[in-house]
Amino acid sequence: MAVAATSETGARPSRAGRRVAAPAWVGTVPFLAYVAIFLLLPTGIVVVDSLKNPNGAWAFSNVTELGNPLVRGYFIGSFKLCLLSSVSGAVLGAILAYAIASGNPDGVVRRLYLAGSGVLAQFGGITLAFAFLVLLGPVGLLFHASWYYNFPWGIGLIYTYFQVPLMVLVFLPAIDGVKVQWREASENLGASAWQYWRYVGGPLLMPAFLGGALLLFANALSAFATIQAWESQIAYIVPQQIATALSSEVGLSNVNVADLLALGMVVMVAIVMAGYALLQRRAARWLR
Amino acid sequence: MKLSYRYAVAGVAAAGLFAAAGCSSSSSSGSSGSSVNWANETSASAGGGMSALVKAAKAEGTLNVIALPPTWANYGTIISTFEKDYGIKVNSALPDGTSQQEVDAVKTENGTAKAPDVMDIGMAVALANTSLFAPYEVSTWSSIPTAQKAPNGLWVQDYGGYMAVGYSSKFGTITSLSQLLTSKFRNAVALNGNPTSANAGLNGVMMASLAEGGTASNIADGVSFFAKLKAAGNFSPVSATGASIKAGTTPVVFNWDYLNLPSYVGVSNWKVFIPANAVLGGYYAQAVNKNAPHPAAARLWEEFLYSQSATGGQNLWLQGGARPVEQQAMTSNSSIDTSAASKLPAVTGTPTFLSPTQSTDAANYLAANWAKAVS
Repeated sequence: MAVAATSETGARPSRAGRRVAAPAWVGTVPFLAYVAIFLLLPTGIVVVDSLKNPNGAWAFSNVTELGNPLVRGYFIGSFKLCLLSSVSGAVLGAILAYAIASGNPDGVVRRLYLAGSGVLAQFGGITLAFAFLVLLGPVGLLFHASWYYNFPWGIGLIYTYFQVPLMVLVFLPAIDGVKVQWREASENLGASAWQYWRYVGGPLLMPAFLGGALLLFANALSAFATIQAWESQIAYIVPQQIATALSSEVGLSNVNVADLLALGMVVMVAIVMAGYALLQRRAARWLR
Repeated sequence: MKLSYRYAVAGVAAAGLFAAAGCSSSSSSGSSGSSVNWANETSASAGGGMSALVKAAKAEGTLNVIALPPTWANYGTIISTFEKDYGIKVNSALPDGTSQQEVDAVKTENGTAKAPDVMDIGMAVALANTSLFAPYEVSTWSSIPTAQKAPNGLWVQDYGGYMAVGYSSKFGTITSLSQLLTSKFRNAVALNGNPTSANAGLNGVMMASLAEGGTASNIADGVSFFAKLKAAGNFSPVSATGASIKAGTTPVVFNWDYLNLPSYVGVSNWKVFIPANAVLGGYYAQAVNKNAPHPAAARLWEEFLYSQSATGGQNLWLQGGARPVEQQAMTSNSSIDTSAASKLPAVTGTPTFLSPTQSTDAANYLAANWAKAVS
């Protein structure tokens, strides 16, 4: 907007005095309003309500609930599942992305994998759980069906079905950015394959890899429908317990506890983001 | 009253349709022409008898019901029979709604012509919302066991069932819960929902507790039974649904008997048994909206539901696999549909009904111990 105003002013100086150029920040208003309404406001409500009792009075003692070993268990469960599925998803997805990138850039294989990844990255929830339910039946496949209900290994494996394709989608552009000439140059200088990856390819791709892994972590943290459809009779992760706190038919519902658990998830993401920022700074040091 | 939010979307769509229908068919209350205000009458005889009630209800011409799935407890037939018998149009809103949604609709639509006249709700929600109900005693009041109705008729239990074990007939015949601990049931035994969250799940654990010699005041024996099942590798954490039963993933399911019959789960090689002396009842309740837009039709509907005639509500529920609340009295006076009754699983022992305190104690114990026992 500001740019358009400037060029017009340049073309016709005679009108400059009659038009008032909008300040540059005006363009950010829709975005900021969106963030305020859909991110800051709900977060604020969660924070405030988590410190109240069901009657609306302040109850700061709610926070002690986070020290309850049961509640801690849900957070540990969430952390285990997110770590397992994001690390395995990121590693497998990166390898697959590399394999796709080394093929023909216009080939049918690449197009097939990209389209497939686009679909499968969204293939979660009840549909995914039901697909496994039908696939495994009472007997199982590879392992006995009961293995797939082990937490976090069984459900972690199921999560990789949407984590790996998502990693392929976000990591492939980074690999495409690695030029063949760089590898040729390092080979001309006598570097082995290991040395190339250790000193050139690895450091180049590390920031994108970590960013992808973080995205997968957050993706797994907020996933709810898949595990709820898969093993709903026990609450393993925080979102499941939030559901119980919101909708228990047997009198255990408590909206404020649900808010507190949601606040705990916000804090968890903040900690992971901080760790990511540190790692990213370390990984991207050579870029500066 | 079906306890699933999965149907919420369908429900909203249905509500939209209903709202459209409601515009054209609204009728005003109190236009029956008689001097009796049925909104204040607590029985048919107090208002001048059944024929006066039928006349006033016909004058109103419409009845608003809510959350009655046509395939649930035979409600499809019940509604069409009522319409045919009395010439009253039944507006069925939100057929797959939950008990809480019924109460919400009564509150949000209060005073409008489309507000629900009557409710069919779970006991927990009923007890929490008695201020919305009008007291009414049906003609067959004395046939309803005392423990299953509010003394003043604010709510009356209508139909329900007993907690039962449904299982694939490939396992032969199961007669006691201890058989489920053997190795052939590996990963096979499931509940209908997390017991800290779903009523059917809690009652499944409580039934195991009773079968293991516990009392309704203490669910601990049930939790330790499921811990043993888990240790034996036989507990399946999948929430049992029709789909999981058809896929063979949950071949043994603890659930209400009316949700566990072969006809309901849609699997033919399916058997049901109720362990001896572990007869745990779970019933829904009827309540009349105290501000019902069609007060006479609402009361006539209740009379119809509790009628013991061959085509009355009690026998129609029974034909849908649910146990009507007057079943015992109707067995004594031979008005029961015996062929429908014989299709329900056999029962040994006196039924137990959880008091609100017992339910709360059980829920609190489960909140602290369930996850530990089975994970």
